[in-house]
Amino acid sequence: MGHRIAVTINGQRYEAEVEPRLLLVHFIREVAGLTGTHIGCDTTSCGACTVILNGKPIKSCTMFAVQADGCEIRTVEGLAQNGELHPIQKAFWECHGLQCGYCTPGMLMAGVALLERNPNPTEEEVRRAISGNLCRCTGYQNIVKSILRAAEMMREGAGVASGSPVGSGSPAQ
Amino acid sequence: MIPAAFEYVAPRSVAEAVALLRQHSYDAKVIAGGQSLIPMMRFRMAQPRVLVDIGRIPGLDYLREEDGFLRIGALVRHATMEHSPLIQERYPLLAATARVVADPLVRNLGTVAGSLVHADPAGDWAAALMAARAQVVAAGPDGERVIGIDDFLVDTFTTALEPDELVVEVRVPIPGPRTGGDYQKIERKVGDFATAAVAVQVTLDEAGRCQQAGIGLCAVGPITLRATAAEEALVGQPLDEATIRKAAALAAEAAQPTSDLRGSAEYKRDMVRVLTLRALRNAAA
Ligand SMILES: Cc1cc2nc3c(=O)[nH]c(=O)nc-3n(C[C@H](O)[C@H](O)[C@H](O)COP(=O)(O)OP(=O)(O)OC[C@H]3O[C@@H](n4cnc5c(N)ncnc54)[C@H](O)[C@@H]3O)c2cc1C
Ligand code: FES
Ligand code: FES
Repeated sequence: MGHRIAVTINGQRYEAEVEPRLLLVHFIREVAGLTGTHIGCDTTSCGACTVILNGKPIKSCTMFAVQADGCEIRTVEGLAQNGELHPIQKAFWECHGLQCGYCTPGMLMAGVALLERNPNPTEEEVRRAISGNLCRCTGYQNIVKSILRAAEMMREGAGVASGSPVGSGSPAQ
Repeated sequence: MIPAAFEYVAPRSVAEAVALLRQHSYDAKVIAGGQSLIPMMRFRMAQPRVLVDIGRIPGLDYLREEDGFLRIGALVRHATMEHSPLIQERYPLLAATARVVADPLVRNLGTVAGSLVHADPAGDWAAALMAARAQVVAAGPDGERVIGIDDFLVDTFTTALEPDELVVEVRVPIPGPRTGGDYQKIERKVGDFATAAVAVQVTLDEAGRCQQAGIGLCAVGPITLRATAAEEALVGQPLDEATIRKAAALAAEAAQPTSDLRGSAEYKRDMVRVLTLRALRNAAA
């Protein structure tokens, strides 16, 4: 029996009639057509499918789409804004935080969720935050560096934004 | 892998959920965080015909102290326990446990109550809540009943819950002053189930003697085990090194480990001794 659900992904509303057994990751990839979210295992072990659901990173392969009815989801496709990469994407690029890239969308979402909760994490906190995400390539060192670098970039960015007087009439840079 | 087809219902109240469980009985399964049930359904080890999603019942996610108990609503997630200032400040055993259940992504969805009902002998909460002498509040067609944790956990993957009952709350007696606790777990890699783990909670009297002791053993038997003889060896004694060593040896005797991929029975038994030592030393500090 089909269930009509509506889910907001990266600010856009997706409505569909789904079978209850449809996993959220399949909804995201096949119904919404957002294939940036990967599937790396059948056992809830790898974190490749990590998305942010109502502000928290979760494994989208271990939730039914019907359970997400009415929820706000963010995926890797929602990170870049107006053609500009998110600081965490820039940091992964700069610090070589990826090799094959399979784990990367999940790492990015786990990383972003951490930085939004804790803008100034220690290395230990970064390691803990990505401990549900497996990487077969990098040995994690550069992923940790990338997230710490992203934290720096985001703090600088926030500093600039809050430091600039509102309505001063100065041209936007 | 794709689970077998099922019918999905999302009741908006406990009464509605209980009515659904009563109607469908063994054909129905409750889903809370889904972090044990969905993997089981994907392996087709579980094939419920009806899934009763309690995730949309309002008011089940409370975590507060009231009437002498820490009350943990059925929808409190592992991560809620991990990040709660109340737990961090006043419940060292539960705080130490919350940090090592699964991984951070699973912790954002999985619930304490769901973990207890799952009754996996390798479940971390069951051991911790046994040491803390928790009680389970179940709602059924005839109202609520309170079940002590030792009676609740019956066997591997089996609890005292009836098919038409729902766990609505887990409650922990608020520990007295001079209470310490710790959870010590050995795992192959971060996020893994325990090779062996030990939960300890001790309360001292004003003279520094142990007034109450709780010790729960994880992953070393067909079910979560209480190390009764070790607890008894602590009560009435100061927590000095000799007493701690004696209790640790008794805890190891209480273990019923089996050899598997995570280690030999002999190794696990000795790890129970080592983990009990460490946990008691930390709890007494
Ligand atoms: C990769 C991975 C690693 C893990 N590692 C660990 C670990 O190290 N330690 C550990 O302890 N656990 C671990 N788990 C299990 C995890 O903690 C689960 O969250 C927990 O066991 C079940 O809680 P849940 O809310 O997800 O329950 P669900 O999966 O929704 O349900 C589990 C069972 O409980 C029943 N149920 C749930 N809630 C209720 C209720 N309120 N009333 C009646 N019945 C109910 C369901 O019907 C089902 O039978 C791991 C899981 C995964 C996927
Ligand atoms: S695909 Fe591996 S955890 Fe979701
Ligand atoms: S970059 Fe290949 S799995 Fe992480």
